[in-house]
Amino acid sequence: MKRSILLLAVIFLLAGCAAPTPAGPQTLRVMTHDSFSVSEDVIAAFEAEHHVTVQFLKAGDAGTMLNQAILSKDSPQADVLYGVDNTFLSRALEAGIFIPYKAQGLDQGFDAYQLDPEYRVAPVDFGDVCLNYDKAYFAEHALAIPQSLADLTRPEYKGLLVVENPASSSPGLAFLIATIGVFGEEGYLDYWRALRANDVRVVEGWDTAYYTEFSGGAYSEGTRPLVVSYATSPAAEVYFSEGALTEPPTGAITAPGTCFRQIEFAGILKGTQNQELAQAFIEFLLSAPFQSDIPFQMWVFPISHEIKLPDSPFTHYAEIADSPVSVPYTSIEQHRERWIQEWTEVVLR
Amino acid sequence: MNTYTTRRVSRLALHTSRLTRYALLLFPLLFLALFYFYPLTAIFGASFAGSAWADVTARLFSTTTLRVLGFTFGQATLSTALTLLLGLPGAYVFARYEFPGKALLQALATVPFVLPTVVVAAAFTALLGSYSPLRYTLGAILLAHVFYNMTLVLRMVGGFWANLDPRLEEAARTLGASPWRAFREVTLPLLAPALGAAALLVFVFCFTSFGVILILGGPRFATLEVEIYRQTIAFANLPLAAALGLVQLLITLALTLTYTRLQARLARPLELRPQWATQRRPHKPTEIALLLATVTLLGLLLAVPPLTLVARSFDGGLRYYAALFENPRRSIFYVPPIAAVWNSVRFALATMALALLLGLLTSLALYRQRQSWLLDALFMLPLGTSAVTLGLGYLLSMSRPPLALRGTPLLIICGHTLVALPFVVRSLLPALHSIRPTLREAAATLGAPPARVFVEVDLPIIQRALAVGGVFAFTVSMGEFGATSMIARPELPTLPLAIYRFLSLPGAVNYGQALAMSTILMAVCVVGFVAMEQLRPPGMQTF
Repeated sequence: MKRSILLLAVIFLLAGCAAPTPAGPQTLRVMTHDSFSVSEDVIAAFEAEHHVTVQFLKAGDAGTMLNQAILSKDSPQADVLYGVDNTFLSRALEAGIFIPYKAQGLDQGFDAYQLDPEYRVAPVDFGDVCLNYDKAYFAEHALAIPQSLADLTRPEYKGLLVVENPASSSPGLAFLIATIGVFGEEGYLDYWRALRANDVRVVEGWDTAYYTEFSGGAYSEGTRPLVVSYATSPAAEVYFSEGALTEPPTGAITAPGTCFRQIEFAGILKGTQNQELAQAFIEFLLSAPFQSDIPFQMWVFPISHEIKLPDSPFTHYAEIADSPVSVPYTSIEQHRERWIQEWTEVVLR
Repeated sequence: MNTYTTRRVSRLALHTSRLTRYALLLFPLLFLALFYFYPLTAIFGASFAGSAWADVTARLFSTTTLRVLGFTFGQATLSTALTLLLGLPGAYVFARYEFPGKALLQALATVPFVLPTVVVAAAFTALLGSYSPLRYTLGAILLAHVFYNMTLVLRMVGGFWANLDPRLEEAARTLGASPWRAFREVTLPLLAPALGAAALLVFVFCFTSFGVILILGGPRFATLEVEIYRQTIAFANLPLAAALGLVQLLITLALTLTYTRLQARLARPLELRPQWATQRRPHKPTEIALLLATVTLLGLLLAVPPLTLVARSFDGGLRYYAALFENPRRSIFYVPPIAAVWNSVRFALATMALALLLGLLTSLALYRQRQSWLLDALFMLPLGTSAVTLGLGYLLSMSRPPLALRGTPLLIICGHTLVALPFVVRSLLPALHSIRPTLREAAATLGAPPARVFVEVDLPIIQRALAVGGVFAFTVSMGEFGATSMIARPELPTLPLAIYRFLSLPGAVNYGQALAMSTILMAVCVVGFVAMEQLRPPGMQTF
């Protein structure tokens, strides 16, 4: 009996040590975050053209992914990293995990989002974090839709807003940065004091805010008609109703100075053994097939404005913010910790 | 002559038993070294490399840290007390009475253990109402902790209680003791080892609580684990995160050491009885009333929230279930539901097998040893380790030789086993300690070799504890999300991973599919639990 147990244990452990290690020379490894997605045929076309297998490593949320890339920079686990946004860009660039590559695609006039003058990363997509509102609620109460961040502190919007914690949520951080962009370092804490006095609710993440607190979504449980979400969320409500809705039950507020634009970048990881393939992959990310696939897979906008998207709820209802709040990405990384900590003291304590 | 032979025999036995002990421990320790200490050293090494110590220590001993530590302790203590208090009547009823639907109720009571926190939060909101004053309070945290951990008390204490001889308490009653006194002075001390084991697990679980605190408690509350996560992800302050992780680890170690020292004193050999001798149908009106009250409480607390989710998953008829089988956007990361079920079940069964095997080896080695408390505590450590720290450790160390296991199913199984192992050990040790040594000696005197003694004496008695450990190993693996999301290949998603993927986009179909997937997860677990209750090896029905 005991002997057979030992034998079993040996087999288990041997099986463990003898596990195959993947990644031959013709495998391109792409590290990305949980929200990444792409269509089968789009990636298959790239694989066929370059005789390569693309292996995606999903490493948690965007923050976890970047931490991992930085921690393992001496022996990189992938050739390409996709999904660093402008709130994390500084951290990635300072850690020196990327090698420069000036993508051909960037010459075609869509390098307005190219934030790094050394071309260590290429912009691939963007999404606007904006307030969403419950159309029915505002109609029923004959309430005007707020048109600025300052509006939110007015008494008629008391107890209506739910936001995400910037310490743990990426839209939450984006919204905090927007308030800093609008009211400045000297004014944003007063603004948040006023929001707190106006009974803002803070929850941990987007899913709790949207599904448990917000009242507007088709399946939302909550009672608050204003939430921090994305400018594309109303379009997603229609698309994911599978024909039950033709008009979104929610709207995005895209007025000037109310949204923050998240730009996502991709870069070639230092230490890659497949530099040429990695470069080809960056070009592929900026090419028409991938760019036009982005909206339907990830609900954000392609970086290229030359892309013609097929008719769909996305093209009908997804909005682009009208002059979003601009805060230099270098200052975000530099001040992030202090901003979040000051915000925590004012809003949560 | 006679004395001489006995002494020689016993010395020989002692010698072989020490050898066996080391042999038994070889694999569990090797496992721990490779899949716990190695990744942990990797992440701590990388975190502390070239860090500014003065800053780390200043932040570590700040009032913020003390406040977080105070809250972490306070809520864990309250949660554990409440879980024990509410769980004991249920454990008693499960242990002492036969009643229809018992197996199903027990299975349903274990379901909360596997449910993703976001989904549970939605269920509680739907039940309590959006305006309930309980939301985002300490009360909500406690309620959720009771909801998640009650099954630990029900199964671990109830399982042990079921084999306690009721005649002991009856004797006390005959001698004139009140029911309360008989319980307090006879049953409670005998239950102490199992109670302690369950309390320790519940406490460590609540102590390292993360999702419940964040989602149900809201951002105002922070445990050490939450702070570690924030320092790691939001601020990339890995040295401070690692230092906090070390604090959490040391506290777990101290707690476990206290418990294992205590356990050595509490444990006593018992005359265990098979369940047919300890369980009966209730007949007195008071018994029936007690049974009904307990079952109602358990039903309201544990079964109603999950059933609300099930009901809501059918809101669109079978629409959301049908949608699970479609991939209209042709995403390469689409997960067919059957594949997710198959992955989850596969990982859970393998985890169960590995955890039971390693747990059995560990427990057999530990209960024989006098000074086993240090080793014992070692096997509890993974439970007290920050998931985000260990997850990063896995990513770092398992992506390169000599253990380039990233993306292999084996790594997921080993990761799950690491968390499941403490449950198996905690469940087995009280049972092993309760076996009278005379039973083994009698068998040995009659000429049975050690292996036969184990099979004929130990195994039947610990069989129920093995089943309890197995259920928890299975459950831990079915519900695990955090580490899996970091180390799993996107092509091998589990049910919880699929649920979270749906919850990351707006829209009715996404939410509906998350509910449908949660329902499938619950159904698979209930079927698994009921099957495990039925699948006893023949001839082992007695205990």
